[in-house]
Amino acid sequence: MNLMAQETGGILVIQALGDRIDAAGAIQFKDRMRELTRSSAAPRVVLDMSRVAFLDSSGLGAVVAVLKLLAPDRKLELSGLTPTVQKVFRLTRMDSIFVIHDAVPDGLRHAG
Amino acid sequence: MRLTVPGDATSVRHAMQNLAQSDLFLGLPEGIRQNAEIVLAEVLNNVVEHAYAQRQGDITLDIDPRPSGLACQISDSGAPMPGLALPPGQFQPLDRIDELPEGGFGWFLIRSLTENLRYRREGCLNTLSFCLIDEQCPAG
Repeated sequence: MNLMAQETGGILVIQALGDRIDAAGAIQFKDRMRELTRSSAAPRVVLDMSRVAFLDSSGLGAVVAVLKLLAPDRKLELSGLTPTVQKVFRLTRMDSIFVIHDAVPDGLRHAG
Repeated sequence: MRLTVPGDATSVRHAMQNLAQSDLFLGLPEGIRQNAEIVLAEVLNNVVEHAYAQRQGDITLDIDPRPSGLACQISDSGAPMPGLALPPGQFQPLDRIDELPEGGFGWFLIRSLTENLRYRREGCLNTLSFCLIDEQCPAG
């Protein structure tokens, strides 16, 4: 899973470039998220999942693990959940735990 | 449709990617296609992580379209389910972030999105069978 990070005005936006966060890549995703968030002090971290078509329970566990890594001082927010990913968050009620944006706010979007 | 998948995480990922692009899946209503992707990935990952934790083997999937949905049967020759029974698949969503579970979602998702979920052990074979139907109320 390749991730691309960009910090603007206290918000670190990390875009997931792969189309799956699944059992085969969950640990790598978590490790990479840990590295990227460590190298920034931004209090808000937004994970842009608009390219992620599928997330399984291992991927969900990894996203929750990153939320816990950042807490209590920093917050992990999500954006651009695709329909199947949204369904996994809704069924497990994790949609009530995370702040979820429809899309990355204008001005914070990665160029290209 | 019958598929045989080697019991490792990378093969499961490839099989799921191929299934998602198959004529069978592309012909399904969106709700049931999403449910099939979610449930089959969870079932296959469970086989890899538990039944084949100590040994290697293949997983066989039989997926048959029915008027009401998809009848699925997944078999492996790995270790039996503990107690020869399905895990309860319950978890408690908590308000405290530091107490949030990072696992245990798999069986909850499987149970939420299937009907007639059954497990049997015959000889050295585990078989899980279930039906995937269109939308279900997640609250049960």
